[in-house]
Amino acid sequence: MMNAAPLIVLFPLIGFVVLGLFGSKIRNERVIGILGSGSVGASFALAAWIFLSMLGMDAYERKHIVELFTWISAFTGNAGSLSVSVGFQVDQLSILMTLVVTGVGFLIHVYSLGYMHGDPGFWRFFSYMNLFIFAMLNLVLADNFLLMFLGWEGVGLCSYLLIGFWYERKFDVGGYKSGTSTTNDAAKKAFIVNRIGDFGFLLGMFLIFERFGSLNFDTVFGSASVMSPGSDLMTWITILLFIGATGKSAQIPLYVWLPDAMAGPTPVSALIHAATMVTAGVYMVARCSVLYALAPATLTVVAVVGAVTALAAATMGLVQNDIKKVLAYSTVSQLGYMFLAMGVAAFGAGIFHLMTHAFFKGLLFLGSGAVIHAMHDEQDIQKMGGLKKHLPVTYATFLVAAVAISGIPPLAGFFSKDEILWKAFSSDYGSPVLWIVGVLAAACTAFYMFRLVSLTFEGEERFDHQHVHPHEAPGTMTIPLIILAGLSIVGGWIGIPESLLGGNAFEHWLDPVFESANEKLRMTPHEADAVEYVLMTLSVLVAAGAIWGARVLYLKRNEIVANLYRRFAGIHRILFNKYYVDEVYDAAIITPTVRLSESLLWKGIDVRVIDGIVNGSAKIIDVASQWVRKIQTGVAQVYAIVFVGGIFVILMWLLFKQP
Amino acid sequence: MIPLQHYLILSAITFVIGAVGVVARRNAIIVFMSIELMLNSVNLTLVAFSSYLGDSTGQVLVFFVMTVAAAEAAVGLAIIIALFRNKQTVNIDEINILKW
Amino acid sequence: MTFETVLFYGLAAASVGSAVVMVTRRSPVMSAIWLIINFFALAGLYLTLHAQFIAVIQIIVYAGAIMVLFLFVIMLLNLGDEEKLTEKISYRKIIGAGLSAGVLMELLAILGFSNIAFPEQNVDRAVQIGTVENIGKELFSTFLFPFEITSVLLLAAIVGAVLLAKRKLD
Repeated sequence: MMNAAPLIVLFPLIGFVVLGLFGSKIRNERVIGILGSGSVGASFALAAWIFLSMLGMDAYERKHIVELFTWISAFTGNAGSLSVSVGFQVDQLSILMTLVVTGVGFLIHVYSLGYMHGDPGFWRFFSYMNLFIFAMLNLVLADNFLLMFLGWEGVGLCSYLLIGFWYERKFDVGGYKSGTSTTNDAAKKAFIVNRIGDFGFLLGMFLIFERFGSLNFDTVFGSASVMSPGSDLMTWITILLFIGATGKSAQIPLYVWLPDAMAGPTPVSALIHAATMVTAGVYMVARCSVLYALAPATLTVVAVVGAVTALAAATMGLVQNDIKKVLAYSTVSQLGYMFLAMGVAAFGAGIFHLMTHAFFKGLLFLGSGAVIHAMHDEQDIQKMGGLKKHLPVTYATFLVAAVAISGIPPLAGFFSKDEILWKAFSSDYGSPVLWIVGVLAAACTAFYMFRLVSLTFEGEERFDHQHVHPHEAPGTMTIPLIILAGLSIVGGWIGIPESLLGGNAFEHWLDPVFESANEKLRMTPHEADAVEYVLMTLSVLVAAGAIWGARVLYLKRNEIVANLYRRFAGIHRILFNKYYVDEVYDAAIITPTVRLSESLLWKGIDVRVIDGIVNGSAKIIDVASQWVRKIQTGVAQVYAIVFVGGIFVILMWLLFKQP
Repeated sequence: MIPLQHYLILSAITFVIGAVGVVARRNAIIVFMSIELMLNSVNLTLVAFSSYLGDSTGQVLVFFVMTVAAAEAAVGLAIIIALFRNKQTVNIDEINILKW
Repeated sequence: MTFETVLFYGLAAASVGSAVVMVTRRSPVMSAIWLIINFFALAGLYLTLHAQFIAVIQIIVYAGAIMVLFLFVIMLLNLGDEEKLTEKISYRKIIGAGLSAGVLMELLAILGFSNIAFPEQNVDRAVQIGTVENIGKELFSTFLFPFEITSVLLLAAIVGAVLLAKRKLD
């Protein structure tokens, strides 16, 4: 029955093909919705079934590989042969990811039935979403790097298709002049920035193939598990793969696409930019944990990048006024946490936070979608307020998610975030500095989250009562919210650490996957001790303090806020303009590249050289034929001379040939 | 006893003289006559071989060559007459309409 | 110096000499006359090769019929000596003459200076095969088919010549 794993990947593919080919002809939205959501739901059911059966197996028997067919087979038999097959690997890590992807994905598909109701591109939306799920499943279930890369690129493509879904709408994209760009520009930006990361990933794959002779996970990781750490090549490989991860998972320096990706419909933001695609980088690092264990230098880089991104993005989120932009920066920040975890070799903790983040961030995005839907596409929180009366279910679930993300026990975010912070402090590869950065970022997170809640749902109503009549969302939208809220509450309980008397089932479940990495790292095991409890309490207090501060400032003492804006106007401007990173990129990289392309590559090479070669060869033939045609003089004697000449040559040849 | 080479060399010389006549004269009639000269030199070769090898095939072939030469001379001269009627000249250099 | 040798060289000189003169005359009539002399020389050469039939045919057909035809046409076109223009020495002529000289050199190299074993003359046999009777026998037995086709060829030539030279009825 494990052999049925390929079906998990197949169902969304069928959904995509059917909806893509026939969707425009099916008029009934209900049919399209059932097809689109049903395929993902079927995948989830199958994945759940496989998971349940895996629970009954012994820990080391849970890994299972299903090979479908050979995809590429080049030069087999020689030393440089490349043989890549389409195969799916079901093990503890990938089944977990599959459950998250298909489970949260299914809920979001159901939500989209309500959100996208009435949109003329309804069928196109669901076919793209199914394609996305297909690609993501390929990514997490692949048993070799090339198939994973196929999924990697596929999700990038789908994010382009879905961000630019309403492709003609105006949207201000960072780095462009205000008012000149459309959502299509945002989609292009996402795709191109992703491609830059993908280039790093590709180079990493080349090096892996060169060193290990294969792209298959088992082969590569098997060979790696007998290597000793500290080789330069492994450092290069892991850095290059990490560059790919920064592109896909929006870390510094390639995070600039994610805030602009909010141009797409909200379910897209929820699915792709909160729950699944951006987690691909984290998954990849986890999957290649052995390789990273062999390159401690890279681990440091990963941790630092993660921590810095977490803090920087959190600060940017403090001052944004668009509800989705706040959540976008929050996503970048939380991804930074996950990479921080990876960088201090707490692989299980990172994946744990990935899962809980999928729950509460997905919920936050869907909730914001309900708000936007209710406010007739208004996204500026300064124009909202007091919505809790009108949208009670949305308010309640949103609040749950905000508490969870702030790290308040006993909700899910507390356990995962705390695990990361503790490991950042105590691991052999971490340091107290990283802990401090993490706590600061947590404080900012709690603050901006409750700023958002306060300004949107509570306080006085700042919207125009004549034109806007907010109403609660329909059932298809609220039921997924409720389910996700429930998961945000209980989802953390499977990962309660030993220090709090839990069994930490989550980490133990994932242990076999990270075994070879942990062997290499040879970290000193930590018993639960007093420091851990102190730090835990500190982080909770900080978060609670930030929440209280946000509520006070934004609900009761608005004048302090105005004062702060005036006093710190400069800092506020820097934060609001996202540290001017987009502008710097534009000036330093994009504009020179565009200018170089135009002047040198287009006018110089394309027009002169290539067109020159093509036109030139035609011209050469033209000139040559002007010459050659003069042979036909029309005078018969000239032809006779040619005869005689020919005879001369033949006789010459006959005379001098060797018998 | 005259060796065969002598006949062949004589034939070669006459042939080349005919060839020079073909390429170097402007009058079409004289070009024609040079062609006849070339044909005759070939006839000489054939007869010489036939005589020295004792095979009558050569001489029969000469017979046919003569027949064809006669036919070709007739038709060729008819063409020249037709040409002369149109262009009032037999100067080959002026008959060059079939050029580029 | 046998009679044969003298005869051969004499006739050869006549042939080459008349050929050269023929090619260089300005008036077509003179060229025709010299060509006829060349044909007679050739007929003599055929006789030295014991090819009686061919020799006679040469005189009757070539000198008697073809050259008459040529002279008829020359007279018809009334060319005479009107070509008073000197022939320019053009590039064409030089190249043509050069190439022809080259061909001659090659032929001489092949024929004169190589080690090919040329056969000896078998006089009796040559006498035998050169008679009218023998040629006739060959024509009507072994070479019957080409003989008949030749008649068709002559028919085609006649029709063609008549058609080409006909005065158009305007």
